[in-house]
Amino acid sequence: MDYTIKIGGEAGQGLQTIGGMLGKFFSRSGFHIFTHQDYMSRIRGGHNFYQVRFADFPITCSRSALNILIALDKKSMDEHRGELASEGIVLYDAETIKQKYAGREFLDVPFRKISLEKGHNIVMENTVAVGAVLGMFNMKTELAEKLLAETFEKKGREIIDQNIAALRAGYEHAKKECLQCGFKVAEARPEPGRLMLIDGTTALGLGALVSGVKFYSAYPMTPSTGILLYLAGKARKHGLVVEQAEDEIAAINMAIGGSFAGVRSATGTSGGGYALMVEGLSLAGMTETPIVIFLGQRPGPATGFPTRTEQGDLLNACFSSHGEFPRIVFAPGTPEEAVYLTNKAFDLAEKYQVPAFILFDTYLADSEWTLPGIDSAKLKYIDYRLRGKGLEDITGYKRHAFTETGVTPLAVPGASRNLVVTDSDEHDEEGHIVEDAETRVRMVEKRLLKKLPQIAREIGPPKIYGSPKAEIVLAGWGSTFGVLRACVDHLKDRYEIATMHFTELNPFPLREKFDYIKVLEGARLAICVENNATRQFARLMRMETGFNFTGHINKFDGRPFLLDPFVKEVEEKVAALMALSEGA
Amino acid sequence: MAELKDYEGQSPAWCPGCGNFPLLKTFKQAMLELGLEPHQFLVVSGIGQAGKLPHYTKCNTFNGLHGRTLPVGTAARLVNNKLPVIAVAGDGDCYGEGGNHFIHAIRRNMNIKLFVHDNQIYALTKGQASPTTGEGMVTKSQPFGVFPEPLNPIALAISLHCTFVARGFVGDADFLKDLMKQAIEYKGFALLDIFQPCVIYNKVNTYKWYKERVYRVGPEHDPTDRMAAMKLALEFGEKIPTGVIYKCERPLYEERYPTIVEKPLIEQEFKFEEALKELETFY
Repeated sequence: MDYTIKIGGEAGQGLQTIGGMLGKFFSRSGFHIFTHQDYMSRIRGGHNFYQVRFADFPITCSRSALNILIALDKKSMDEHRGELASEGIVLYDAETIKQKYAGREFLDVPFRKISLEKGHNIVMENTVAVGAVLGMFNMKTELAEKLLAETFEKKGREIIDQNIAALRAGYEHAKKECLQCGFKVAEARPEPGRLMLIDGTTALGLGALVSGVKFYSAYPMTPSTGILLYLAGKARKHGLVVEQAEDEIAAINMAIGGSFAGVRSATGTSGGGYALMVEGLSLAGMTETPIVIFLGQRPGPATGFPTRTEQGDLLNACFSSHGEFPRIVFAPGTPEEAVYLTNKAFDLAEKYQVPAFILFDTYLADSEWTLPGIDSAKLKYIDYRLRGKGLEDITGYKRHAFTETGVTPLAVPGASRNLVVTDSDEHDEEGHIVEDAETRVRMVEKRLLKKLPQIAREIGPPKIYGSPKAEIVLAGWGSTFGVLRACVDHLKDRYEIATMHFTELNPFPLREKFDYIKVLEGARLAICVENNATRQFARLMRMETGFNFTGHINKFDGRPFLLDPFVKEVEEKVAALMALSEGA
Repeated sequence: MAELKDYEGQSPAWCPGCGNFPLLKTFKQAMLELGLEPHQFLVVSGIGQAGKLPHYTKCNTFNGLHGRTLPVGTAARLVNNKLPVIAVAGDGDCYGEGGNHFIHAIRRNMNIKLFVHDNQIYALTKGQASPTTGEGMVTKSQPFGVFPEPLNPIALAISLHCTFVARGFVGDADFLKDLMKQAIEYKGFALLDIFQPCVIYNKVNTYKWYKERVYRVGPEHDPTDRMAAMKLALEFGEKIPTGVIYKCERPLYEERYPTIVEKPLIEQEFKFEEALKELETFY
């Protein structure tokens, strides 16, 4: 069982309400979910869609053929009708679209009329639509009713009852009218606590929260704003300070100031805002101040496609800066990895007193996944700072004292008689300005050369999924994990195929723990898949290891890879490369 | 009890005769008289001759980037509102590179004390016009003279309802010391713009030039009268007022932010188990 529902309409029509409700309903029913969104940079009007896929096995990406299209406007009808699978159905309201369609694939449900009847206004159209979908699948409405009660708890019983009535009416209407609906849903297994449903942005915010972030400063920018909103929403309950800065320059300098003052601090942005932060990044490097930067990629250059997706900032994250200092770059592939890698980023940033990046993109930010859960035993929290009695007992503290490891204990200023001094200028062990060559050399050794190999040993190797003796390896990084994995599942009967997925990118993984280069070299074809035009990961790989991929699949239209066209593209690429190698 | 020698820092790398010397001396004296020992306060500074000040005394120090002192100070206050924060910057640093932060830091009204070393020139980069350089001054980078209207930090601060706005002059050290102390003790964001001549690159605004113009504002001025303060702020020519130009009361940001009202963030331990409970909300 594997169904895809697309909800299309204008911004402000409630696509997210319907999509969000359906996602939660299916996941609580015990099904696996994957949702993704496509929206324009506007608040009202335009054309957006929200896609919900649900299945009775774990799923990791979107498909392109639709089983149900909910067309909330004419444009959605015109644009997406062609994406229907055989036996697919378009659900619409002839009154709102002002057109009646004839044919087996059209199901007219009077969303507006029912909403007016049951709720005396049109705001319940979305609930009617959800009810209609449930009717088409012939699923019980109980769980959905409970969900409505939770959603509208604050609005009171009357609103809840009206919504339930609207849901049931939509349900009955569709069940009665949709004679063509041949959908067969596996038996629902609603076990509380079995599947967690979470989107990428929230997973990043959650990851920060469980890692002990206390201070977060940011300037709003898609696709990173969700982290700001999540943490602001949790500030009171968990004792955080979340500050909206006047610009990204202030945002990163605040995060550095917060960390210097003694708490775990982070900031978040996207490309253009990040450009403003680079000066501050270098400051974190020089002053050895731990910070975490959430860098959400969207298509550039400049303002680019504000609400769409791309993996165009990998090399930017790895190399942007004036001067040399260590940094950590992680790019999670799933919301689950978003939580764990954010936790690891906070830990390593503080352990080595360096900046750490979580590189994500709009696609990961906006897609929702079901997961078995987060294992709290895998989350780490160690307070590496020097404070309290440990600090009070010390005399003659020097913020940048030379040590064996290059790491100097990080003292909290104002917490003892010790002075904590640091400087963006080259400095001595105490933190005061110097100009001499000898101190410079020792400081570079301390903050960069000594730390780098230690950090490198903390970096995890890529993960392999698929055939252990793969002839074809599809390599990728970050948000492409889901589609790569699903593609391997689709093609495993045809080829010896595997995917090699990288999430810990800088320092580049060592080969000691797992010689992934040997795997790539052992494959007949090693194809690098990226959501960008210039093959950034492939270039990084060549630079760090000397390995050259045999082929590339790149997509840079601002949209994510969808399973079905991607599988086809892989097949074509494999055929072309095979022919080439045989010809040679 | 600290003594003046406890505030001795590195040997300054300023030019002989620099206006920063008397400023530094006055600063140390003010801190001593306030009873703020070196470990009891934090100085955040930027880049330029002014930014070096904390190295030449003793204190907790974050000497950050050009123009970026106030965001660092803002966060330090949000994280630890028990630690007094003094931001030290130059005129180019604070009013040029950091202009946006200057505006928004005043709007927030945190208990930060901003001392701007205003010599009306870029000194560390060797004599280009700063935002406060007078119109018409010829420099190597403005060979045709400075065209823009000089920035009036006092008037700008008053327009933003800055809680404490004052101007001092290093040539009137006792008065300056008193202004520093008042600024530090005032509850709210305090701007103290300090004239300190650059003896190398500013041949117009010299000790003599300032001495001929500055005067102490008398008791007839009511600094809580905003219109009177604005009028005084606009006085910049034959006569230039020094002293407390404007004062008002506004709630402190730190006292409004609910999670730090009871105790500073720094004293609140991370409750891992509490945070983990958030996981339950996703089922």
